Amino acid sequence: MDAWDDYTEEVMDHYEHPRNVGVVDNPDGVGIVGNPACGDVMKLSIRVENDHIVEAKFKTFGCGAAIATSSMVTEMVKGKSLDEALQISNKAVAQSLGGLPKIKMHCSVLAEDALKAAIDDYRKKKKEK
Amino acid sequence: MKTVYLDHHATTPLDAEVLEVMMPYLTTEFGNASSTTHDYGRRARAAVERGREEVAALIGAEQPDEIIITSGATESDNLAMKGLALQRADHSGHIITIAIEHKAILDTARFLEKQGFSVSFAPIDRYGLVDLEELRGLIRPDTFLITIQAANSEIGTIQPIAEIGAIAHEHNLLFHTDAVQALGKVDVDVVRDHIDMLSISAHKIYGPKGVGALYVRKGIRLQPLIHGGGHEMGMRSGTLNVAGVVGLGKAALLAKRDLVSESARLTALRDRLRQGIESRIDLVQLNGHPTRRLANNLNFSFSFVEGESLMLGCRGFALSSGSACTSASLQSSYVLRALQVPDAIAHSSIRFGLGKSNTDEQIDALLELLVENVKRLREMSPLYDMAREGIDIESFSWSEHDHHNH
Repeated sequence: MDAWDDYTEEVMDHYEHPRNVGVVDNPDGVGIVGNPACGDVMKLSIRVENDHIVEAKFKTFGCGAAIATSSMVTEMVKGKSLDEALQISNKAVAQSLGGLPKIKMHCSVLAEDALKAAIDDYRKKKKEK
Repeated sequence: MKTVYLDHHATTPLDAEVLEVMMPYLTTEFGNASSTTHDYGRRARAAVERGREEVAALIGAEQPDEIIITSGATESDNLAMKGLALQRADHSGHIITIAIEHKAILDTARFLEKQGFSVSFAPIDRYGLVDLEELRGLIRPDTFLITIQAANSEIGTIQPIAEIGAIAHEHNLLFHTDAVQALGKVDVDVVRDHIDMLSISAHKIYGPKGVGALYVRKGIRLQPLIHGGGHEMGMRSGTLNVAGVVGLGKAALLAKRDLVSESARLTALRDRLRQGIESRIDLVQLNGHPTRRLANNLNFSFSFVEGESLMLGCRGFALSSGSACTSASLQSSYVLRALQVPDAIAHSSIRFGLGKSNTDEQIDALLELLVENVKRLREMSPLYDMAREGIDIESFSWSEHDHHNH
């Protein structure tokens, strides 16, 4: 299979040159979603200031689409308020990448889920304080 | 750069010598091999018979008319199993196979179960090798067929078919083997190996697609799946694909001629890749048998790296993976799962299928890409971090995960 043909240039660019790989130092929120048994796991960590995401980093085990959507979502959330960030759907992430093959759309759900999980984690921690 | 083809288990390119002998039968020699009242038909018939002889020679069949021409190995597998089962007057009885067979066997077995037959799966070890004693223990008074592949297309494990054949014959059972992957790489002899039926595909041995054969030992009767003009000893009707049979025959001839030299060359190439991977990349697992494997097959799992993402990194190489993300079913390889390979490892697998055109230089270039991309993707992998922190990935409580069903 030459999967390069299935993906847009944007997807391949994010796969080859992923943005914001890593873990935020002393993160305010962390979301880990997916399952290695299903072939994809994403860890998203965020730093929050004044209810806005100022930094987001990811680590992803997954296919090219999973890596590219992870990378893209870290770019999309930067500077957004938490409520704005929660509005980002997997479809919006895929659209920003010029679309995904139909069979790969489910991979983009991982990015949306990780973002929600990271924000949840931040809000839970804040409540506990 | 042209993409380097490393998926020879899926199909092989048509050999130029094969195409050359086929060409006349696609153009001027258009006769129907059954219409032997004139020269056109007689020449077509002679070409088909020559093809049959060449196929018979490859597998050691005693008579060319034991070779039934089909549309390919899927049909051959169907014909062997259904043809034999439906021949039984009471439409019942017991078949033994293994869980890592090609889907043409597994789905046919499932179909026959619905028709009232029963099917048992002989246990295999973690390398995919069938346990002969367990196999023997499964034989029942109503068992009539053992069907076990000669070699596996994903993991390359070569089964002890001569021993299986001997067990079948001790118990007066018939033995069928799908030898699609083994032919041209493993010396198969239907007489020596006690084989009663054997499936062949032309396009896996540098022949054309759409043609194959089923060897049926003299004296065995099969119910035809396709009724009609009574071609192929009444077992498979339909006007013969003359050019296809000529191509199949030539491919068989070349496979026999080059078996020893090409197997040796492929083994060296395969071992070069294997040693390169094992010496330069840590945390890898060879799937399939360490020694009893096809000369052209390697299957490795690169822990913490998903297979499709690694294939993308190996740009310029045509590979395949056991990862769910490369299959329409979104399931990891059923073969790897049958070997009890954990799902995460199955998702991390890459199959390398070497062939005639591959060279040392290509293998070396691929190794560079593998080394570079495994490193890069592991740095991106949360699982790699967890493993380094000493967290057990298997027992970690992962989130409920249903995004595949969205």
